[in-house]
Amino acid sequence: MRRFADLLERLAFTPARNGKLRLIVDYLREAPDPDRGWGIAAITRDLKLDAVKPALLRSLATERVDAELFALSYDFVGDLAETVALIWPPAPGLPTPMPASDPSLGEVIDTLHAASRREAPQVVERLLDRLGGSERYALLKLVTGGLRVGVSARLAKQALADFGGVDVTEIEELWHGLAPPYQPLFAWLDGDGEKPVSAAAAPFRPVMLAHALGERDLDRMAPGDFVAEWKWDGIRVQAVSEAGGRRLYSRTGDDISGAFPDLVAALDFDAAIDGELLVRRPNGSIATFSDLQQRLNRKTVSAAQLRRYPAHLRAYDLLQADGRDLRPEPFETRRAALEALSARLDPGRFDLSPLLPVESWEDLARLRAAPPDPVIEGVMLKRRDSPYVPGRPKGLWFKWKRDPHVIDAVLMYAQRGHGKRSGYYSDYTFGLWTSDGSLAPVGKAYFGFTDEELEQIDRWVRANTTERFGPVRAVRAEPDHGLVLEVAFEGLARSTRHRSGVAMRFPRISRLRWDKPPGEADTLETLEALLPEPPQGLGSSRSPA
Amino acid sequence: MRPADLLQSRPEGLYCPPGDFFIDPVRPVARALVTHAHSDHATSGHGAVLATRETLDIMAIRMGEGFAGSVQPLRYGERVAIGEVATTFHPAGHVLGSAQIEVERGGFRIVAAGDYKRTPDPTCAAFEPVRGDVFITEATFGLPVFRHPEPLAEAGRLLQSLTQFPERTHLIGVYALGKAQRLIALLRAAGHDGPIFVHGALRRLCDYYAERGVALGDLPDATIERGRSRDFAGQIVLGPPSAFASAWVRRFADPLIGFASGWMQVRARARQRGVELPLVISDHCDWTELTTTIDELDPTEVWVTHGREEALVRWCSLTGRPARPLHLVGYEDEAED
Ligand SMILES: [Zn+2]
Repeated sequence: MRRFADLLERLAFTPARNGKLRLIVDYLREAPDPDRGWGIAAITRDLKLDAVKPALLRSLATERVDAELFALSYDFVGDLAETVALIWPPAPGLPTPMPASDPSLGEVIDTLHAASRREAPQVVERLLDRLGGSERYALLKLVTGGLRVGVSARLAKQALADFGGVDVTEIEELWHGLAPPYQPLFAWLDGDGEKPVSAAAAPFRPVMLAHALGERDLDRMAPGDFVAEWKWDGIRVQAVSEAGGRRLYSRTGDDISGAFPDLVAALDFDAAIDGELLVRRPNGSIATFSDLQQRLNRKTVSAAQLRRYPAHLRAYDLLQADGRDLRPEPFETRRAALEALSARLDPGRFDLSPLLPVESWEDLARLRAAPPDPVIEGVMLKRRDSPYVPGRPKGLWFKWKRDPHVIDAVLMYAQRGHGKRSGYYSDYTFGLWTSDGSLAPVGKAYFGFTDEELEQIDRWVRANTTERFGPVRAVRAEPDHGLVLEVAFEGLARSTRHRSGVAMRFPRISRLRWDKPPGEADTLETLEALLPEPPQGLGSSRSPA
Repeated sequence: MRPADLLQSRPEGLYCPPGDFFIDPVRPVARALVTHAHSDHATSGHGAVLATRETLDIMAIRMGEGFAGSVQPLRYGERVAIGEVATTFHPAGHVLGSAQIEVERGGFRIVAAGDYKRTPDPTCAAFEPVRGDVFITEATFGLPVFRHPEPLAEAGRLLQSLTQFPERTHLIGVYALGKAQRLIALLRAAGHDGPIFVHGALRRLCDYYAERGVALGDLPDATIERGRSRDFAGQIVLGPPSAFASAWVRRFADPLIGFASGWMQVRARARQRGVELPLVISDHCDWTELTTTIDELDPTEVWVTHGREEALVRWCSLTGRPARPLHLVGYEDEAED
């Protein structure tokens, strides 16, 4: 348990992806079976314990600790599980300090699995008595389902791939047929066993991705070799219905079926479709990304949400149909099969991503500049003969996004960065002018600039500080003295959580406008004009006064 | 005699009327007895300062020779009459030279422990339990959530990170007095005998510790020529907390930032500092040490100074000990833990 608790501790404080990878790979090398498998399952949240409610932790603790001392401690620490883990006193009658005891993660999980719901509190209590402080924290996060260490399932799979020296797509393909603690997988990765056979019904197939179109790329490409499609601003998904199993996967292989029961119910075919998940408005048009967000990241979904934001799949590609793997076939063959299949699908839930009439790159540029729907974020180019290759193969698929929106905003606050950027003011809050001549903060950006620009901004921030609050500095932001930042962003939505009433999507610094006086920066009104029309019957009452 | 006739809180600090002196005054006074040289306890401008040799030396290093009108060094255990009282300094185990101050008059005895700890520390003399009618304790980590882990194991975590990330400079924030030398000693005890690089602000105090016989090993300067940032890859570099807000950090390639402090036990605190490697190493008592010390000394009354007075007073009342907070002002909770 100690080794696992150490890993969680380090992961929680390690910001960089590569650092996290190394920590997990080292853990996989050091921890024995089945601990390392359980450890991975805990990180990817495939381990469901949820044995104990947080309120119960508090009562376990206050049976042993004075309630007032507990309250003072909780107030200071701010996290219930952490407070209980730190405060947990030895059981009455046991020697202090306790003799060192380090039950294995596997043993702890077996104990918890064996306990009934009624026994769980007592089992947790007895485990707490056997563990040290940081292991107690790990245990409590496991049993309350609150384990968050900033590691995506995708990153954990990458760590498994690095550990075993295999490609991550091999892990992804197998993943949904495996169950913790994944012993056949580790036997294979250790070189002691055969590669497990994918046993899952409706398995995930690693996704093919596009390269961003470079400036010179089109010169070398013949329009006749490619098909063009819109790039829709939804969520890339894979809808699989095979051997009685139906699943909806994100592009990283996370199972998101639970959030979209309406779409899953409509998967009555034997195929694997690659497409874009969108939601519709009541009038049938495609809703914006912010409406789609209402349906994301939920375990369950309410009837009202199903009605208001019905899920829809816009099909791009067909990977498998009636037991046949189509991925080695050229795009055109797969597309023909997709068209044949789509004719049999519920048009209320599915449609085809249309192919665009493009004879020259000028046609394409014209289409890209004026797309017919606000939910389009650019165009895609796919080689007619491209097989479906997992990852981001060179030269087959390209994306050409619309130019992002840009505004000129004024730097208002700068915050010190972490890790590599410790010592630099690297997180910037920027604002726009309001009608009363003051600046309203509209967003935060912390990338988009070069290291050299970071140094310049940092120097400027230090020399122009007006106030300091902990790691944050307010800087001079007056009409004739301040720093103008050109901020690029992908989209805009109304927001009640932002003081300005608008929220930007992916804001980033696109240019430093040392040349521009802050008085000439944009106004909040300019930004509001970029907002999409509010959907009918919704939101109109929330428009700013 | 009432205890408050012997020692009482004043805005300047803890005052002894029959001896006409203050303990750790935060403003200039005629006569000050100083427990240790941390800047919130040792201030300049007093008429006379009585403290251990080490505390006086460190005050001179930090504030310059003329920090007080006159100074008088005291040895641990040496009984000195001041006015109508007798005072004795006893080791506190906090940092080099740190002392508890025992004040006695007519057989009535108050022990002001200053900052102290009970965990063994090779860089200073160990805390010596002194019984008195009143025990004045700090409460910096006076909450039952504070139970410091084994410090040698924390040093081990730093060394493990060094083997896991051999290409990164491990930049560790430490307070200049006490924590820096303690961490170095712990790293030596954990088997790290290579160089440990130190920021200029730590240099004089590390040298002073070495002069006083605390072996710290090879401590080169953490100065780099431009463009040589890679020289520190896989090395341990120690700096004071203030350096982490400055441009100094940027000289190192791909730094891994750590911080050694008792506060690192609370995750939110570690996150606030943007620390990647929090090391829970404290020069104060944790909750267990505080409460077992009070039990062991068994004073008639407990006075609680800076920190989480409320919780420790609550514990005293639960165990049937008269206790009260002193509400002294000016001691910084987190200045140099
Ligand atoms: Zn101190």
